[in-house]
Amino acid sequence: MTTGAAETLDSEQLLYMFRRMVTIREFEEAAGRLAEQARIPGAVHLYAGEEAVAVGVCSALEASDAITSTHRGHGHCIAKGGDVRLMFAELLGKATGYNHGKGGSMHIADVEIGILGANGIVGGGPPIAIGAAFAAKYQKQGGVAVCFSGDGSTNEGTWHEAMNFAALFKLPAIFVVENNHWGEFTRQEAQGAIAQLSLRAASYGMPGVTVDGQDVVAVHAAAREAVDRARRGEGPSLIECDTYRFYNHTGMSEGDPRPREERERWRARDPLAIVRGVLEQRAILSGAGADRVVEEVRREIEEAVRFAESSPEPDPADLLTDVYTV
Amino acid sequence: MTTATPTGTRELTYLRAINEAIMLEMERDPRVFIAGIDLAARGDVFGTTAGILPRFGPDRIIDTPISENAIAGLAIGAAARGLRPVVSLMFMDFIGVCYDQILNQMAKMKYMFGGKVSLPLTVLVNAGAGSSMAAQHSQSLEALLCHIPGLKVVMPSMADDAKGLMTAAMRDDNPVFVVLHKRCARLAGAVPEGEYVVPLGKATVVREGRDATVIATAYMVHEALRAAERLAARGIEIEIVDPRSLSPLDTQTLVASVQKTHRVLTVQEAVEFGGFGGEITAQIAQHAFDYLDAPPLRLGAPFSPVPYSPVLEREWLVNAERIHDAVVSLVEG
Repeated sequence: MTTGAAETLDSEQLLYMFRRMVTIREFEEAAGRLAEQARIPGAVHLYAGEEAVAVGVCSALEASDAITSTHRGHGHCIAKGGDVRLMFAELLGKATGYNHGKGGSMHIADVEIGILGANGIVGGGPPIAIGAAFAAKYQKQGGVAVCFSGDGSTNEGTWHEAMNFAALFKLPAIFVVENNHWGEFTRQEAQGAIAQLSLRAASYGMPGVTVDGQDVVAVHAAAREAVDRARRGEGPSLIECDTYRFYNHTGMSEGDPRPREERERWRARDPLAIVRGVLEQRAILSGAGADRVVEEVRREIEEAVRFAESSPEPDPADLLTDVYTV
Repeated sequence: MTTATPTGTRELTYLRAINEAIMLEMERDPRVFIAGIDLAARGDVFGTTAGILPRFGPDRIIDTPISENAIAGLAIGAAARGLRPVVSLMFMDFIGVCYDQILNQMAKMKYMFGGKVSLPLTVLVNAGAGSSMAAQHSQSLEALLCHIPGLKVVMPSMADDAKGLMTAAMRDDNPVFVVLHKRCARLAGAVPEGEYVVPLGKATVVREGRDATVIATAYMVHEALRAAERLAARGIEIEIVDPRSLSPLDTQTLVASVQKTHRVLTVQEAVEFGGFGGEITAQIAQHAFDYLDAPPLRLGAPFSPVPYSPVLEREWLVNAERIHDAVVSLVEG
């Protein structure tokens, strides 16, 4: 179900997006399995099912733009250009991980490519995002900052403070709300006073749209518009992405409270299948070609896991380093 | 023949000294900007930022909404992206409003990211009771900040230290809380002209003595000085040490003083129970036990919120009289 916006993306862009989305999916499947086997120390919060959101948005950004993420941050990190080997090593708490084993899944960061971290606090990211947007405006280099947040976080005061602040100061910020309809183990409708979260934008005087979060082309088109608007100095926007995570809030499927019917309905709208449809329709990549990409990515992920598992543990003597900048 | 003043000092109030430090740093470093409620047009409700807007313009000093999480996040995000923000949360009590941004974000980002980010930010807060501002506008909450690895906390008592510590804080590449005390605001002292830095993590001996060490912070330093006069008349000479930085703490200087006097009293305006005096006395007991002729004593406020009624607030506050009595019992047993 593609829109006319598909025509503005060339084959190189679409292939890149597809590959990135597959990378996220394969990464998450592998991480989920490792967690179930207790080969990852803590919890994982899988992004599988939401790939089109991270990739659609981040492919409208430069490396010099910033993003803040959530506890479900692997997808954002990969979409922004993160290295899957360093990510897996971090998940396993190894010295070679992105954060040298000090952060783990919920705090994965690569500040050099603008990833200001996954965040273990719901609503922890939005205030930081507006700080990054403020810096972008101050530094006059045309940079923007994207705040990824879930539907749950739109009930946190911090989200509202960030929205107001960004709109008031016309900051180059883009608020991407990933409405996957469940805040932890409770339905969005039982947590939020309204169901269509893009309506919240109006109360801050900024444009808000709801897009099909399973369609990377649609997400990208909305992101492109919001990013261009921000770069022109016209201020922030809200993009609500209607999406769904295929797995439970944490882990994979065990203890998932969501009705089977609902989960199956969304599985039928797999963003990977939708983008494959676009690639095939435009004769860019056949089914077999797409399968080959999946195989290649799968090998990369397997190699990343091997790298992580064979990496050294952190030296206990490093426990107290990096508390402060010396 | 004129006598040149070697250090080039003049009398400035504590708050003007902070103001001067900020202006000098903003002049020196274009990455420094300052943001908070009523800072620009009004010059801060305490007067700390008077004159900054006309001199530096609205791009460098920003009036924010009453939105402490946004203010704190502004500092964090901007610092992570190469700027050197100074933000004010106005009353120290308001750290409660944005405590997650302080405790879980600001303090921990560097460590959680394996050292790959620095947050060179400064947070100004105004603490202290004695002005009938009641329970939510009068607290000294340094203990809630010092307990968190990743933050630094300074509490000047004197005007010159206010300038020097503020400058050091702005030049530090870590989140530093500069805790000002309301009752120190208009106290004047000799403040050096031009660039002046007091390094973080260095205590100072405010008054030399031999009979007991009194470790006091912020306005309590001034109360301790008043107590010292009365105690001297009684033949008791106290040594007053001002840590100035609580985190990092100059334990060495504190211990050296106790090794000399053999008795120690910590004095804080904050509630005694769970307060920072407990940390100091524990460290002294640990590092100078053999030098102590009496158990280390703490003096802080009673275990209640700050009352509104001036009669009750006076009853709540640590003052020179209570310091005097505590020292007498420490020395005379």
